[in-house]
Amino acid sequence: MTTLTYQIRASYAFVERNINLIKRYWSWELVWLVYSIADSLAVSFIGLGVGKLGGGNPSTADTNYLVIYLLIGTLVWRFLSTIFYWITNLIGIERWEGTIEYTLMAPVRRITHMAGQTFFAISYSLFFTGMVLLATALVFKIDLSKANLLGGTLMLLAGSFSFVGIGVMASVLPLLFPERGEQMTHVFIALLLLVSGIYYPVDVLPPVLQKLAVLSPATYVLEGTRRTLLEGLPTWDLWQYIWPVLLMGAVLIPSGLWVFSMAERYAKKTGKLHRNG
Amino acid sequence: MTTAIIVNEVYKKFGKSELPFWRRIFGHTNGNGSNGNGHNGHNGNGAKAAEKSKVVVAVDKVSFTVGTGEIFGVLGPNGGGKSTLIRLISTLLLPDQGSISVFGYDVVRQSMAVQQIINRVSVEASFFKKLSPMENLLYGARLYGQDGAETRKKVVDILTRLGLEKRAIYNPMEEMSRGMQQKVAIARALLTKPHLLLLDEPTTGLDPRSKREVQAVVREMREKSGTTILLTTHDMVEADQLCDRIAIMNSGKVIALDTPAELKKLIPPKDGQETTLEDVFIELTGKKLVNEEEETV
Ligand SMILES: Nc1ncnc2c1ncn2[C@@H]1O[C@H](COP(=O)(O)OP(=O)(O)OP(=O)(O)O)[C@@H](O)[C@H]1O
Ligand SMILES: [Mg+2]
Repeated sequence: MTTLTYQIRASYAFVERNINLIKRYWSWELVWLVYSIADSLAVSFIGLGVGKLGGGNPSTADTNYLVIYLLIGTLVWRFLSTIFYWITNLIGIERWEGTIEYTLMAPVRRITHMAGQTFFAISYSLFFTGMVLLATALVFKIDLSKANLLGGTLMLLAGSFSFVGIGVMASVLPLLFPERGEQMTHVFIALLLLVSGIYYPVDVLPPVLQKLAVLSPATYVLEGTRRTLLEGLPTWDLWQYIWPVLLMGAVLIPSGLWVFSMAERYAKKTGKLHRNG
Repeated sequence: MTTAIIVNEVYKKFGKSELPFWRRIFGHTNGNGSNGNGHNGHNGNGAKAAEKSKVVVAVDKVSFTVGTGEIFGVLGPNGGGKSTLIRLISTLLLPDQGSISVFGYDVVRQSMAVQQIINRVSVEASFFKKLSPMENLLYGARLYGQDGAETRKKVVDILTRLGLEKRAIYNPMEEMSRGMQQKVAIARALLTKPHLLLLDEPTTGLDPRSKREVQAVVREMREKSGTTILLTTHDMVEADQLCDRIAIMNSGKVIALDTPAELKKLIPPKDGQETTLEDVFIELTGKKLVNEEEETV
């Protein structure tokens, strides 16, 4: 068996394992789906409420725009954060189950490990976000006649790679801090949520945060997706949003792998792998 | 007989290092534990002493070789350093000093090559609790590049061979007793056909019949596939019957290494009764304990 086929086979181990885990924990996934749908709906209703709260009398077109604007924000965010958590969970879940030593002593390159987990994370996040989209579409009349759906999907996929990179970096926290590492990963998500303009245009932010927004891949994904879905921006013109996120991915994934290998070395040096608490 | 494992002057300590963690992460390895004076160095004073007292030398300049196809036992009291030694061999820990090679591959520099030919069973069963034995073992085997369909067949073979009921193979692990889980752990290691099998207390928690089944499998692996086996156990009878040679470890040091028969010759028989391996264990590891007490008083 050549090294490549060997590694491809090994990467499937992670895909199959995750599918099996989802099957066994399906009720938890269902709860999470209900939560996600409720969350998307709740945020999108703000769009309907704004008119009343402001006391003005905005045209229905504006309100609709606002609802879809918010809805896209929640969906894109659901997609990216689901990827982030699946990647970050790489180590967290195995710490929790106590299998980490067995996975890390297997003859699997870290890049193979990440590739398997990434393939699963992106596929599952697409599926999951699709379910949320379907459910919310039953509540809001969403007019997608102008939308460039292909462009929107491309934008999401392009953006997912940079989130994989961030996720890989965050996944070292449970490796280094057996007790609290997993909780610490939430900080990444909270900061990205703040600066990326999920629920508002980034230009409402204070100047300092606006500068940070430029560095967040989610900013480009959101802007790109909104313009393709709301304005029907043609796929070709999407390039202005795609190249920054691809570039970030190209930097973040290799650096993530590097950070991970350093953390793994450190854990093996200090005996952190088999400490459960 | 060719050599399977060479352990050369291996030293491993745990505990606080004086360097901040980012410097340790980024490669500046720490001064190689020059205070290699066994447990809890009492030298130094003030804050330095407090710092050093957190250091445990788990494996202290250990050297030995294991031949191909040998069943090599490691005995010793709790905290003696047996599991640490096994983790060093299985690439899960990096040694501070010394070197280990497995069939000619260095565990640090050629870890991937080592990983391909070894597997390990630990005391804790370590599985995805909600997944079934089948799902857990499929995952384990795929990590070693094995084919799915073939693995499914082998899993059923091996687990029924180890006396597990068929329906248990498809139910979540959490519904199984500790002994049953331990059998699945052994099956996980057998599936990948390792050249070197590291068994860390494989029979702890098993009933007498299951113990014998596991011991039979261990012997069979050696006979049929020529597998080299390094095992730790707290069962002296098991060690006596199973092992070709035995190393006794105490406070990280190998204090005796020989065949069971030769080890027993070290202790003269008492009250006309033949010396057992247990007598040897108690005698050899006991002295050390007394000494330590004297030191601390
Ligand atoms: N990851 C770790 N971090 C810190 N100290 C550790 C770690 N692993 C082991 N030790 C320490 O190293 C020493 C040797 O432990 P080890 O687990 O190797 O002993 P053992 O011989 O396997 O004992 P037992 O018979 O109880 O399994 C102990 O003092 C233990 O506390
Ligand atoms: Mg042990």
